[in-house]
Amino acid sequence: MNNKTLSRRQFVTGVTIGAAALAINPSILFAGMRNNITALTGNTFNLSIGEQSVNFTGTMRTATTVNNSLPAPLLRFKEGEMITLNVTNHLTESTSIHWHGLILPSEMDGVPDISNDFHGIKPGETFAYRFKAKQSGTYWYHSHSGFQEQTGLYGPIVIDPAEKDPVTYDKDYIVMLSDWTDENPTDVYHKLKKLSHYYNFNERTHSDLMNDIEKKGLENTWNDRKMWGQMRMSQRDLSDVTGYTYTYLANGVTPDKGWVGLFEKGDKVRVRFINGSAMTFFDVRIPGLKMTVVAADGQNIEPVSVDEFRIGVAETYDVIVEPKNDSAYTIFAQDIARSGYARGTLTPDASMLGEVPELDKAPNLTHSDMGMSNMVGMNHSKMNHGSMNMKQTTMAGMDHSTMGRSSMGKQKSMTNMGRPKMNMGGNKEMSTMDSMVTHADTEFGPHVDMRSADPQYRLDDPGIGLRNNGRKVLTYADLRSLHMMHNYPDPDREIQLHLTGNMSRYMWSINGVKFADAEPLQFKFGEVVRITFVNDTMMNHPMHLHGMWSDLETGDNMYIPRKHTVIVQPGAKISYRVKVDAKGSWAYHCHLLYHMLGMFRRVDVV
Amino acid sequence: MKYLKVITISCLFALTSQSFAGGIEDDPVLTKVMGEVELRSTDDVNPRAWNINAWVGQDLNKFWVKTRGEKIAGKIEKSELQLLYSKAITPFWDLQLGVKKDFQPKPQRNWGVIAAKGLAPYLFEVDASLFVGESGKLGVRLEAEYEYIFSQKLILSPEVEINAFSKDDELTGTGKGLSSVEAGLRLRYEVTREFAPYIGINWEKKYGNTADFSLTEGKGIEDAQIVVGMRFWF
Repeated sequence: MNNKTLSRRQFVTGVTIGAAALAINPSILFAGMRNNITALTGNTFNLSIGEQSVNFTGTMRTATTVNNSLPAPLLRFKEGEMITLNVTNHLTESTSIHWHGLILPSEMDGVPDISNDFHGIKPGETFAYRFKAKQSGTYWYHSHSGFQEQTGLYGPIVIDPAEKDPVTYDKDYIVMLSDWTDENPTDVYHKLKKLSHYYNFNERTHSDLMNDIEKKGLENTWNDRKMWGQMRMSQRDLSDVTGYTYTYLANGVTPDKGWVGLFEKGDKVRVRFINGSAMTFFDVRIPGLKMTVVAADGQNIEPVSVDEFRIGVAETYDVIVEPKNDSAYTIFAQDIARSGYARGTLTPDASMLGEVPELDKAPNLTHSDMGMSNMVGMNHSKMNHGSMNMKQTTMAGMDHSTMGRSSMGKQKSMTNMGRPKMNMGGNKEMSTMDSMVTHADTEFGPHVDMRSADPQYRLDDPGIGLRNNGRKVLTYADLRSLHMMHNYPDPDREIQLHLTGNMSRYMWSINGVKFADAEPLQFKFGEVVRITFVNDTMMNHPMHLHGMWSDLETGDNMYIPRKHTVIVQPGAKISYRVKVDAKGSWAYHCHLLYHMLGMFRRVDVV
Repeated sequence: MKYLKVITISCLFALTSQSFAGGIEDDPVLTKVMGEVELRSTDDVNPRAWNINAWVGQDLNKFWVKTRGEKIAGKIEKSELQLLYSKAITPFWDLQLGVKKDFQPKPQRNWGVIAAKGLAPYLFEVDASLFVGESGKLGVRLEAEYEYIFSQKLILSPEVEINAFSKDDELTGTGKGLSSVEAGLRLRYEVTREFAPYIGINWEKKYGNTADFSLTEGKGIEDAQIVVGMRFWF
């Protein structure tokens, strides 16, 4: 294992570790090259999990860290090599590390009691993870035990490609976004159970109502709000946990201090964004710079130029920026609820900082976010962008009487199946059979407060709060794998999974069944499964399948982007293919930390 | 006994559930205590009133305690206690079954309780209770509350309560038919979610035989009060 402090054309990333570290090395902060941490490189790594004092808010707290670092050290290794990671637990409780997005044997995946033969790393024990790096790109690692991820146990991974990197760059930075709370995460969870809107300080108020009435008149205001009242839901239910308790960090640096990355005019700067949050979706932009997105979830994609992108919990995006001036640029990552932001700066001179934009106004959820198609709030004019020639097909007038009702007659209507289709210059049309949306009997009861009546494929919808904001925002419809995939086999079968919950009772489940009560999903080794998610809630859920890729069906089977974490938008549906090529047991779950306890499945590949 | 059983069952539940994501129970046994204590200003002695509820349990099954009362010049004039088993039956509604004891005014009265507690459309918090007393006397209580959000911390809550009975009970001063209506308007400032001082007004009127009983005792039948209090939960 080599410990190197890196500079140009190499890694610079940041960490803030309490007063102790600052006292030891005040010059780092002072110079503005804040907190360069050592990157660990090579093929053998010794990681020590322990407790560490930190101070992000003015109050000393105890974090869970790797090698006394928050975020945990960058692990950098090379594709094709055999990697050994010796993880030692110095905590008083059991721990684990999961290598998020890495394709490896189940035994090495690090999910206690789900990964084969793995039951966590007990206090005082060392577990040796050994696997071959089968891929390249930007990934991350985190604890899969308890709420340790919330208290700091997450870090970046970069795997350098065995062959020439198709992306060229002069500087290479990581921006790992995360959410820190001084509260005990168990208390956070319990507060949400007792009062689900505990952290939501963005509810619509008296003055919003008066403005609405003034603008739209009393009748229209009533009509707009009527449904939300009837449904007993908040139009501002954007994020369960917000800046009320969270301090948003960029590379472990608070927004007050701000992480800093240096460039020289004319540099091509690669920024590897990783969302290592427990609960926070970030909307990221660098005012003044176009970002060319070159990789999603570690996998190279056809470059797309955007002003802004939303990064769900556990997703990664690599972007290239090319500052042409000697100016400072702010990396601005506001949380989806507009309650705070993480901040960094790209600058030619550490003493020069960019302007920090205002937070956007908190958006109101729309009917489409509730799974209704009649008032879809998305921007249809955006549908022909990028190099894709997308066409929203609607299948109106389907005969409902032929749609097999469930025995309980509880199935809700399904009408518009707007799956984006694409013609590849007269070649193969996407071979999809639009499946019907049916709600299982288990979705009915006190534990589920909403079922999408008419969920839509909304790949080209940038999502709540980003629609029509005047900026070019990345959507899933923009993602095209850089490399052509020949003969991707059609799915052998489809599994429809509904993301369900009861917000006010703070219960989360899949198909109305929480993990503790659920049978494992059975995948057959060698098959190709299409997963179709239907989101029967008003929240975004970042769904993560361990061990196998989630190959997102964007409409073009030749350039399917591979992801490890897929955002399912509220009231929407989305499909991806899974080549079932990894035996063993795997975790499959919502990556929002306080949802995953219930919204979780074990997958057995046999 | 029934409650003991419920508690035992929910404890067993907590112990026997097997596998959890990340080793954490998604549905822990939690406790929540929530209440309002207030001082009411009248021409006479200022009464102090409390309305405190608490539950212990899991997502769908809970054990509830509800108590309320009024103390005037150091003496408890009105007080009651309900012990209920609460089961979620729809996404927004709980069915609650149990017993109620009125300690004051004397003589004490015992009731069986069937209640529906939850959130009605348009976000009205509702607690509707049917009380079944000794010798078949029935009582009905309907409570509703709304929260009007002035700002994220300043909240106005109108509330109304209606009580009615099927029979006269002269000893406790409750009469047949519509017995009393109470309406309040409280403006609270949430210093934290858990702690909110408030000011407001509370209006109460007795009707029918209840009003007659009250007059006979030389008491009033209508009262409007300014209230100052504290709303809290933990």
